[in-house]
Amino acid sequence: MEKLSGAEMVVRALQDEGVEFLFGYPGGAVLHIYDAIFQQEKVQHILVRHEQAATHAADGYARSTGKPGVVLVTSGPGATNAVTGIATAYMDSIPMVVLSGQVRSDWIGDDAFQETDMVGICRPIVKHSFAVRDTAEIPEIIKKAFYIATTGRPGPVLIDIPKDKTSPMVKLPYEYPSKVKLRSYSPVSRGHSGQIRKAVEELLKAKRPIIYAGGGVVQGNGSESLVKLVRKLNFPVTNTLMGLGSYPATDRQHIGMLGMHGSYEANMTMHNADLILAVGARFDDRVTNDTKKFAPGATIVHIDVDPAVISKNIRADIPIVGRVEHVLQDMLAAVDEIGSKPDEKALARWWDEIDGWRKVHGMRYETNDNGLLKPQQVVESLYRATAGKAYVTSDVGQHQMFAAQYYKFDAPRQWINSGGLGTMGFGLPSAMGVQLAFPDAMVACVTGEASIQMNIQELSTCLQYHLPIKIININNQSLGMVRQWQDMQYGGRHSQSYMDSLPDFVKLAESYGHVGIKVEKAEDLDAAMDKAFSLKDRLVFVDVLVDPTEHVYPMHIADGAMRDMWLSKTERT
Amino acid sequence: MRRIISILMENEPGALSRVVGLFSQRGYNIETLTVAPTEDVTLSRLTLTTFGDDKKIEQITKNLNKLIEVVKLVDLTEGPHIERELLLVKIKATGAQRAEVKRTVDIFRGQIVDVTSSIYTVQLTGTADKLDAFIGAVEAQVMEVVRSGVSGVARGEKVLSI
Repeated sequence: MEKLSGAEMVVRALQDEGVEFLFGYPGGAVLHIYDAIFQQEKVQHILVRHEQAATHAADGYARSTGKPGVVLVTSGPGATNAVTGIATAYMDSIPMVVLSGQVRSDWIGDDAFQETDMVGICRPIVKHSFAVRDTAEIPEIIKKAFYIATTGRPGPVLIDIPKDKTSPMVKLPYEYPSKVKLRSYSPVSRGHSGQIRKAVEELLKAKRPIIYAGGGVVQGNGSESLVKLVRKLNFPVTNTLMGLGSYPATDRQHIGMLGMHGSYEANMTMHNADLILAVGARFDDRVTNDTKKFAPGATIVHIDVDPAVISKNIRADIPIVGRVEHVLQDMLAAVDEIGSKPDEKALARWWDEIDGWRKVHGMRYETNDNGLLKPQQVVESLYRATAGKAYVTSDVGQHQMFAAQYYKFDAPRQWINSGGLGTMGFGLPSAMGVQLAFPDAMVACVTGEASIQMNIQELSTCLQYHLPIKIININNQSLGMVRQWQDMQYGGRHSQSYMDSLPDFVKLAESYGHVGIKVEKAEDLDAAMDKAFSLKDRLVFVDVLVDPTEHVYPMHIADGAMRDMWLSKTERT
Repeated sequence: MRRIISILMENEPGALSRVVGLFSQRGYNIETLTVAPTEDVTLSRLTLTTFGDDKKIEQITKNLNKLIEVVKLVDLTEGPHIERELLLVKIKATGAQRAEVKRTVDIFRGQIVDVTSSIYTVQLTGTADKLDAFIGAVEAQVMEVVRSGVSGVARGEKVLSI
């Protein structure tokens, strides 16, 4: 058998896993591994400018491809810089394997230089973690890490590797295991057939049903089956922020996003439903509003791969634990088997009601007549320029909500944002991961002048790897969402929510070797957007000045029901 | 409601901290905790008591089950079970008090495991309630109390094993 050092084992195991990209940043504790990386070409290392960006880039790669993202950071600050990105991936159930260096094992616990207890720090934000104790166990640990990260409810897995375990002086036989043995971990696949049948019977009886599909449909590759089921039943379907794209947004049966900033029709439909089929969603607080007032007349059918999300916030009447993809397929089969059809008359009445809601308060906004752009116009212009075909990553805040509301995502994995943790600084590095995975695709990062500055240094990485991302900076010179809350709940006192001393983003982009375009007037927007996307091989930073007073609507009224919303600054339900 | 949750988990470094961490992370309380390897050295058995309604306990057990190192678990309070806790207590007793303390120990079927001219060290096993009752009944000065935390098994055929 071939003999390898621990460092060589790490790199070889990544090759054997079929890893294309390793996002990382070198440092003392991982130098043996970096030396092994230098001596091969199969795994391409992407050198970021900050470890947080390595995790977000790996995350963007994972979200857009469905394959696990892989990260390599050094001990101490390298590892702690990665923490935000790991937590981001954890909250959104993204498969990721993070390798962190550690000081040599005989120094652990001695407060050695760049030592930190990374396994301890990450405990609440990883699906699992490993600390390497023997060089010989490296291949098995890596195999297990990839298996755990990608199966069941996916999530990040950490492997902490002390420097001495990767020493080039110690060579041991290497064999990559073909199978994983884990007696305490066996993720479910198929749902309980009795429960599925019961659920389908309820679906067929329902008079005011809605399908509520979340990120689990995207991550669990359940989109195709979801579309089939929705069309077969002629039910309305709504998406969570994480689920956008799992059902085509331009389709008649799609009634928009639901929740805090969801569409009027989606929230009204949820509130008035007699049956809610939740698929790969978790009744998050940004969805339900007050759980005690949530959908009072609805029977809840809840499908999820993770039993712990079922009945956590909202009690499920029919829980189904299983992979979304399989459960939906089995449901389709059960519909055929039972042979009856949904109540057509009742559904027609239900659709009339929904279309009425759509007509009265569908997604809309007022434009300014003084030429000052509204942020929604920017997203609409992006949608037009890309014909709805771009991968769109976003940062966090108002621009994120506007992107979710006004870019109509027709395909899964097209919309990439930090929904659970809400991490500012996610947009640009995640776009790097997407662009690396799909070099010829249009990749746009919708961001704001605050978020973009949280990982602006990655403009340098983008130049190094020729990543022609289009950065759409919706610049309202303030922390828009914070400002909105301050307007609504703090008497308009804008405490620390405006961004003074902004850089000239055009010059900034240019100094990093990219193209910068500034847009100040509405009439220049479309041309600027078209120009940006015509420069196919360049990163273009489009800095668009927008109205800072704009708010995101609809917006749930706190502690109310799904139907309780602000529809504009003056109108409420 | 008080629950006794018994867990079989991998006897590996870090496993215990994950179980304990889960409780603090999700805002659950641990009242007592005992852990030791089983006859199979690759497995540890951990028993803890906690308080919560059905919904909370369901969440606790689901989240515990998600931990990769947790092999199996059971909520012993769901069925008939035997629970035991060990108490070591140092009691200062002189003169007439000595006979009184000894009588109380006998009534509770405890054992005096160490004696000095002024101190009895008493060992007592039983349910947590019984140990509480004993401490309440002793009419001499209690110097130190050590309790092992609750261990338990289900009655009858039911076993927690792999």
